[in-house]
Amino acid sequence: MSRPQHRDHAGAKLGMWLFLLTELFLFGGMFLLYGAYLVRYPREFAAAGREMQLWFGTVNTVILITSSLMAAMAVTAIQRGGRRLAVWLLGGAVICGAVFLINKYLEWSHEFSRGIYPGSSRLAAAPPGESVFYSLYYVTAGLHGLHVLIGSVLLAVVAVWAWRGTIHAGDFAWLENSALYWHLVDLVWIFIFPLYYLIL
Amino acid sequence: MGKDTHGNTTHIIGYGTLTAVWGVLLLLTALTVWAARHATGFGHVWGSLAIASVKGGLVIAFFMHMRYEGRLLRWLLFVALVTLALFIGLTFFDVLYR
Amino acid sequence: MEPTEPTTTAAGFWSDTGRSGIASWIFSTDHKRIGLLYFYSVFGFFLVAVALGLLLRIELMAPGRTIMGPQAYNALFTVHGVVMVFLFIIPGFQGSFGNLVMPIQIGARDVAFPRLNLLSWWLYMAGAAIILTSLFTGGGPPDTGWTFYLPFSGRTGTNVSLAVFGVFVVGFSSIVTGVNFITTIHRLRAEGMTWGRLPLFVWSLYATAWVQILATPILGITLVLIIAERLLGTGLFEPGQGGDPLMYQHLFWIYSHPAVYIMILPAMGVISEIIPVFARKPIFGYRMIAFSSIAIAAAGSLVWGHHMFTSGMSDMAILVFSFLTFIVAIPSAIKVFNWISTLYRGSISLEAPMLFSLSFIFLFSIGGLTGLVQGAAATDIHVHDTQFVVGHFHYVIFGGSGFAFFAAMHYWLPKFYGRRYAEKPAIIAWALMFTGFNILYFSMIVLGLEGMPRRYYDYLPEFAPLNLVSTIGSWILATGLMILLVNLFMGLRSGARAGSNPWGGATLEWSIPTPPPTENFADEPVVTHGPYDFRGTGVP
Repeated sequence: MSRPQHRDHAGAKLGMWLFLLTELFLFGGMFLLYGAYLVRYPREFAAAGREMQLWFGTVNTVILITSSLMAAMAVTAIQRGGRRLAVWLLGGAVICGAVFLINKYLEWSHEFSRGIYPGSSRLAAAPPGESVFYSLYYVTAGLHGLHVLIGSVLLAVVAVWAWRGTIHAGDFAWLENSALYWHLVDLVWIFIFPLYYLIL
Repeated sequence: MGKDTHGNTTHIIGYGTLTAVWGVLLLLTALTVWAARHATGFGHVWGSLAIASVKGGLVIAFFMHMRYEGRLLRWLLFVALVTLALFIGLTFFDVLYR
Repeated sequence: MEPTEPTTTAAGFWSDTGRSGIASWIFSTDHKRIGLLYFYSVFGFFLVAVALGLLLRIELMAPGRTIMGPQAYNALFTVHGVVMVFLFIIPGFQGSFGNLVMPIQIGARDVAFPRLNLLSWWLYMAGAAIILTSLFTGGGPPDTGWTFYLPFSGRTGTNVSLAVFGVFVVGFSSIVTGVNFITTIHRLRAEGMTWGRLPLFVWSLYATAWVQILATPILGITLVLIIAERLLGTGLFEPGQGGDPLMYQHLFWIYSHPAVYIMILPAMGVISEIIPVFARKPIFGYRMIAFSSIAIAAAGSLVWGHHMFTSGMSDMAILVFSFLTFIVAIPSAIKVFNWISTLYRGSISLEAPMLFSLSFIFLFSIGGLTGLVQGAAATDIHVHDTQFVVGHFHYVIFGGSGFAFFAAMHYWLPKFYGRRYAEKPAIIAWALMFTGFNILYFSMIVLGLEGMPRRYYDYLPEFAPLNLVSTIGSWILATGLMILLVNLFMGLRSGARAGSNPWGGATLEWSIPTPPPTENFADEPVVTHGPYDFRGTGVP
């Protein structure tokens, strides 16, 4: 009885986009804070930004863009009936997500070992703006990391469904919507990257 | 039932197009890193934001298929971005003039 | 006149036997069952918060300690606010009457995502359970006020983190409902149900859903930041660590001012449904009312700064937000004028839903006009953080949304229960509530003008007489509410049968049997006339 009489593909996509907009606003709140504090502490932000490890940021950017490509290609593949290819591409995207998180772990452990984390004595001694910068960074990147985790799980589940044939050329709304979510994760990172790593 | 979305014709984007977009995204990433290293002053905050916006636009247009969607989804995105800009902009009436 | 209903569907969606017992409710994806689940839950929390409010009034009846200590008082007004705002009035209309009525009004069998709809209720209940848990665990109930202002909420030893997490979950439920409703209204309208024929209640839900989607995530991030502040010591709003407490207030009000419109817009939609039916006249200015819902949602999202006029915000911002605030008055007034014009030369029948609706217009107007006093920065500095503000928002939210909620209960519940309440007790209840309400809250408005601050445990002796009057008003209001409850409970259980169209409405929900069958419509309806075109409804 709860089953709709027909699958409303456009409706599912509309719902997904509406949800993505809410995600955009979630991170929008962090960007708002970033802007307000950048205006107040321009020098401290630049000093703190110089301490960030550009190498990790850049590598992770490339990884996410690549995994985004694979997710997009998986949609094309399933539309063309290439279910097996779609599964492989999704698997690749999930692996990229995992590598991203491993990188993040390495980067954060390095930062922690240098005494850069919220409430550390090093930041307490530093000018106030720097502690604000790192707090913003940890909350934003942490929230983003959580989204990477959720997105990876989502893509993995969808890959299994595609493998089993639940998702196919005739009904791929789940795959398309999960890919959309993954692109949003990429999109947010595209803005996090310059704001935190490139502000010298 | 196809109201508001102008039919359900799903457009398939070719692998070539997607790969090309990916290439451009990587180039822009290289560009923004290079620019951040060489440009000085605070103008580059806007510069890197501009590059990020172009990248974001590409992801939305191609990876997220927005280029091929109907008017409704475009409007949604537009309304949301304008609202976010207004939220941030109006806050700056306080932040900048305090 | 009423179509004879086949006996098999006489019990409508109530007799749907997919599962049995409570499981047939809490796992049902039928929008009507979910609507009733929401109704029971939000109304239950409403009654809890009413009880807390009555206790607050008893404490304030006389200066000094009356029945509780200062810490208990702080906790009580916080919990009263949190429960009323986050557990009753924000999810109230969308969850209960939105779910019950909206899909039928647009000619759909259900919402676009029925399972998400159920998830939304589960999330709501989970959030509510977390909030309730926070009251009895950790450092005890939060004492910050429902606004959770930092830095205090970062430092207080009470159980703020858990309460805030509960609110976060409720907010997520709100987003899910918003996504669901917008998609439903875009995708599932029946043939012929053009945007120009959409009932005004649906228009108001549509506008509300947009506010939910665009504002609630900002609340989400704000709450995450409170938790981060408490657990990780991020110091983003802690002046000692370079943070700015005012930025918290910005983020909080970016959501919480639009949230006021989540509370009031659907209420306005209810009024726009009831007035034409009980004036037996097509609504005046359909387009303007529909448009003003969108305009209120849009303008209302840009005025949050008026909560911060005395917080130390820049003068420039005060000027801008003060100006923007006055813009909201325009679409609100458009609605009021159109309702009044609908009444003009109508053949008005004063039954309970109509009485509640008319008092909505009166109380909302007082609430709106006192709002302008605070929208103007100059006068706001005088009344800010006084009882005037408390009086004002209770006029808007309780006198407005609350009374509209009661109107909706009398108007729509018979449709879903299949039985009617007794008219006379309903009118007595209304009269008591209306009288008690004005005694209760108008006293607060006067007290505020005289300078009595809000949220204070104790006060100067010169405020004592009006506080006593106010407390007596709360008892009159509560008496009326009790009568309303008992009357509705008995009526909906064993009252006279309600026909399929007891009020003579022209919207689609009145065209199907009472109670509605599980799938609402036997065949997908084809809409050929507007929602307030009363020709052919068979009612004089």
